[in-house]
Amino acid sequence: MYKEYRPLHFYAHLSTLNKKLMMKLMSPMKRIIAKQEACMGCGLCEVYCTVQHSKSKDIIKAYNSERPKPISRVIVERNKPVSFAIQCRHCENAPCVTACLTGAMQKDEKTGEVTHNKDKCMGCWTCIMVCPYGAIKMDKEGKVVAKCDLCQGLEEPACVANCPNQALIFKEVKP
Amino acid sequence: MVKYVIVGASAAGIGAVEAIRDVDPVGSIAVISEETCPQYSRPMISDFVSGKADFKKMKCRTDDFWKENNVEALTGKKATALNLTEKTVTLESGEKIFYEKLLLATGGKPFVPKMEGQGKDGVFTFTTIEDAERLAAKIDSINAKSAVVIGAGLIGISVTEALMKRGLKVTIVELQEKILSLLLDAKASDLVEAVVRKAGVNVVTGQSVQKITGKPGNESAVGGVLLTKGDQVPCDLVIVAIGVVPRTELAAISALKINRGIVVDNMMQTNVPNVYASGDVAEAYDFILSQNRLLPLWPLAMAEGQVAGYNMAGKKTTYMGGTNMSSLKYFGIPIVSIGLANLKEDPTIEILVKEDDEHNVYKKLVLRNNIIIGMTLVNCIEHAGVIFYLMRNAVNVKKIKHQLLSDEFGLATLPVSLQRKMCVVQ
Repeated sequence: MYKEYRPLHFYAHLSTLNKKLMMKLMSPMKRIIAKQEACMGCGLCEVYCTVQHSKSKDIIKAYNSERPKPISRVIVERNKPVSFAIQCRHCENAPCVTACLTGAMQKDEKTGEVTHNKDKCMGCWTCIMVCPYGAIKMDKEGKVVAKCDLCQGLEEPACVANCPNQALIFKEVKP
Repeated sequence: MVKYVIVGASAAGIGAVEAIRDVDPVGSIAVISEETCPQYSRPMISDFVSGKADFKKMKCRTDDFWKENNVEALTGKKATALNLTEKTVTLESGEKIFYEKLLLATGGKPFVPKMEGQGKDGVFTFTTIEDAERLAAKIDSINAKSAVVIGAGLIGISVTEALMKRGLKVTIVELQEKILSLLLDAKASDLVEAVVRKAGVNVVTGQSVQKITGKPGNESAVGGVLLTKGDQVPCDLVIVAIGVVPRTELAAISALKINRGIVVDNMMQTNVPNVYASGDVAEAYDFILSQNRLLPLWPLAMAEGQVAGYNMAGKKTTYMGGTNMSSLKYFGIPIVSIGLANLKEDPTIEILVKEDDEHNVYKKLVLRNNIIIGMTLVNCIEHAGVIFYLMRNAVNVKKIKHQLLSDEFGLATLPVSLQRKMCVVQ
């Protein structure tokens, strides 16, 4: 018996059967994984996340003068001696997407990413009510929510790239 | 013959269409909707009135939602009759549509009690975009200066805030002794009431409106209301926001089992095979009360619609249930309240409370047998979802009870076994 080589477009005919399945086969998802044993709870990931999501991309301005105040979308959870960083898990059946009152929270079928459209968000906090990870934050000044967007455009999310102890890794996971 | 017929195109209808298309890309779908506009977020109509959102922002799906999902959209049409033996839905025009599977997602309609003068010009209900547009237009056309909102529930509070933002003087009248009484306990309700009053709203509780009076010289226009205890409140507009009742008219003339809403099982199927119901019209499962009941909330309607859609398309799916759960953003005071947060003290329950009056923070949990059955968080809601997870999964919290309301509470506080289950750590 031989193993048949199947290029990705082989799966294209599946689009008529199951769009989601095809997307899964075609695009492995990269996710941020936290290694609890390596986390020192230093909080640098929060700092770099804040700066990355600021307008100025400047640490001094981001923390001191920028309005609305940029906020970190990664949260370091601490319960001494344990600590780990948590951000949006981009859940398969994301409760925030189902619960969203406005359609601002969507599941990207191609990448599996849970995306948040700030312009559609009405700041009703319903997603915060249902997120089991507490990974959605309130942007009180902007009156919207904020969460991890996997730093679109960067090779590696800022929290991962700047973790001094490699407690955060960005790798492909099975959908 | 249409494979899937859906009556209603709001949350439950949208959820069903998306679920059906997730597993069946080809089966024919027809959606019957009285509204002709694209799908929009009904909870957002108060932002429309306040001017914070236009209709473009309110759209919760793309303009081509029907086309993208290959749905035959029968918009601007009303389903008037249902024949379960013939398996047909009849439209107002007389056209009959044969279905294989049917979803009733007809939603709710505002409840308006009998009041003298309720037919006067300037009396509104507040459920649809049409209501919001008419209200906004009326405020401009008569240059309205004041309004009375009847009912201090979610809708009443939302429309009150919107009217305040438009510069109207608002009086909110609530029959119960406390505002938001279905959701909050006395303490939390008082907290909100203080904020609402501070914003300039006149709050009247323990009373209702017995009569809507006319304007001097123009009896047909709203001029004020007469409260049950005899006080007169002059106003240009009256908004009735007492609540919604299921729109069961279509189902009522058939053999479908109806209690207050249409009765469904945990797969959202009615007592008649191949006929499903979801959303505000259905009595779906409440996981805290362990019984079915009316819960007219957008996120639950969406979830119920999805479950119905999957089952209609042949993917067996069980509804996990919802409960009385809402988050509020109004008057700048974030609140999340879930389940039985307003239970009276009794020996079988345990109540945990943490207050910080200086920062207007109030946190309360209600536990029975070490399982959280009620939660209210005021002004400190960021970990609400973690607690909701504990409630939904009936997690025994005996060991972490003392930490639940602390400022440090979070995922790291949970037992490691649970953290593993949730995949937050490897």
